Parts: sequence; C-alpha cells; structure tokens
Amino acid sequence: MTEATDLSRDYEPTLGDYFALLKPRVMSLVVFTALVGLLAAPVPMHPVEIFASILFIAIGAGASGALNMWWDADIDAVMRRTAKRPIPSGRVEPGEALAVGVALSGLAVVMLGLAANLLAAALLAFTIFFYAVVYSMWLKRSTPQNIVIGGAAGAFPPMIGWVCATGSVTIEAWLMFALIFMWTPPHFWALALFMRSDYDDAGVPMLTVTHGRPATRNHILVYTVFLAVFALAAAATSIGGPIYLAVAAVLNALFLKGAIEIWRRDEVQAEADDYAVEKSFFKLSLLYLFLHFGAILLEAALRPFGYGGWGWL
Amino acid sequence: MALSKEHELHQRRKGRNIGVGLLLVGFIVLVFSLTFVKVTRGDFELPKAEQEVSQ
Repeated sequence: MTEATDLSRDYEPTLGDYFALLKPRVMSLVVFTALVGLLAAPVPMHPVEIFASILFIAIGAGASGALNMWWDADIDAVMRRTAKRPIPSGRVEPGEALAVGVALSGLAVVMLGLAANLLAAALLAFTIFFYAVVYSMWLKRSTPQNIVIGGAAGAFPPMIGWVCATGSVTIEAWLMFALIFMWTPPHFWALALFMRSDYDDAGVPMLTVTHGRPATRNHILVYTVFLAVFALAAAATSIGGPIYLAVAAVLNALFLKGAIEIWRRDEVQAEADDYAVEKSFFKLSLLYLFLHFGAILLEAALRPFGYGGWGWL
Repeated sequence: MALSKEHELHQRRKGRNIGVGLLLVGFIVLVFSLTFVKVTRGDFELPKAEQEVSQ
C-alpha cells in the first residue's frame, strides 16, 4: 500500500511519530559523546562543519534505531517497556520504518563524507550495519552477550567525532570507544538484576536468566575492573589531564567499590534490602559516563586558555 | 475531481507537510553553508597542481 492511496488509514502519523523511530533519547547521548570526541581532537573544525558532522552522526544513529524498530517490532509488542513504540502501537507501518531507516542511513553517510571525511563516513556506515544487522538481526536473540555487542555500537560515536576532526583513528579514539564499550555491560546488567524484565517472554536471552544471577554479578565485576584500566589510561593521553585524572580516580574507585559489593552479595541479601546496592550502582553508572566525557570536554575547553591537558603543569 | 479542489487528506496531513518542507529548507541552508565554508577556506588557494604550473 503506498502513501498516496492509503486513504482508509484511521490514524495519520505525525512527524513526531517518525521522529520517535529515531530513538531521540539514544540520539541525545550520541550527540553528547560524538561532540566530546570531536572537540577533544587536536585539529580545529569550522563551526558549520562541526554542526553538520554531529547532525549527520545523530541522524545515522537514529536511522539505525529505525531499522532496529522495524526488525524488532514483534518483540517490542510483547514487552511492556517497548509496546508503545510507533510500530507496535500501530502509528507507523513497518515498511515505513524500514524506508525511513534505509533512506536516512544513506543520507547520513553521504553527507558525513562530504561534511567531514570519508573515514568518518565509513565508520558511521559500519556502525549502522553493526547495530542493525550484527546486533539486531543476528546476535540479540541468540546470545546473552547481546549487551556487549550492542554496547560496541554505542561506543562508536566519540570515535567518529574524533575522526571527523583528525581523519585518523588514534589511541585516544580507541580509549573513548573502550570507555563506553566496557561501561555498557555493568550498567545494563546492574539494571537487569533489580528490574523484573519481560525479555524472557520475548525470547531475548539475558545473562541473568541464561547463566544465573551469581554469574551476572561476576561479569559486572570483571567488566568494571577492565573499565577502570581503560578509563585511567585515557588520563595519560592527549584527551586527559589533571582534571580528568581526578574525576576518573574518584569515579572509578566508587564504581569498583560498588561492583565488589555487588559481587559479594547473593540474592537473599539483595532481596533483603530491595536491591539497594544494585540500584545505587546503576545510578552511579549514569553519572560515571556523563562525568568522564564531561571531564574530557572540560580539558578540551581549557586548552585555548593554556590550562588543558598536562602541558601547563 | 479537480486538481484545485483541496482534498480532506491535505488538511489531515498539513502539519506533517509543513514540517517536511521546513526540514528540506533547513537541509538546503546547511548544504549551502557547508559549501560556502569549504570553498572559501584558505582564501581561495589554488590547487597544488595549478600552483606549480603558475610558478
């Protein structure tokens, strides 16, 4: 059924319904981390180029969200959290979501190539492919490590931002990638420990179900330890500096403490205080990511005044 | 049905059509600005090959 002939439709989708396909909340995180990656780079860009680059990275991320909603419409309808999304609620046709996703993916990749450079465009294309195909279509429903895979897709934006400015992938870009990549599993699995989710009804394997809760607690600790290593290593590179080091030292100490407490507990203890430790760990994880990237941004913002990084000490 | 007559569908989709129109205008402005920035950077430097020829 084409748009023009579809007069019988009860509900006329608004622009907002199509916008909702792009997962605006995920997009806002993408904008923030990509902008930090771009501004932390030692190569300045023109403000118009910065605006265009961030916009098209965000549109690319949104397009992969639309493709994900098209592919996952069946399980989104089963789960309470996602049942109100545009496709399961009937506001947007699946075919429309696919068309929006494919069209915006192409637009975003081509325009990022023109606004920034071809490597950034290629990375954006890979990110969309990775999220829509490798994560959504292939691994999400077949392995409890799906969170790790999905986290990789979320970790690309700061690297793409960095590449927009510099044209190359350096250690700083990899460390910003690692920061989000290693952060995602403990962040999400902490949530999975205290949130009764209906992933099981939808047939999506979750670590808490497939390997049990004690195994999930072990996983959280291991990822948090590696996360701390990468987060502190970043302090020694050109995106780091005394402010970043101070922020990272405090946050990683707190995060490690939380992960160890989670690891030491069992379900009886957790249920006794209604998952207080897991809940506070999850809240801290939100602050953790925001403040790390905030500190990287602050170091970059102070650079023009001679105070960013390690050079001025 | 005469083409000039407004169908009820046009009313229903008015908000969406205006929105898409504004997005397209925004896109045009952005492409124009990008072009302007890229073309005027470096005070119209000659491409390397032409510089060598003119020396």
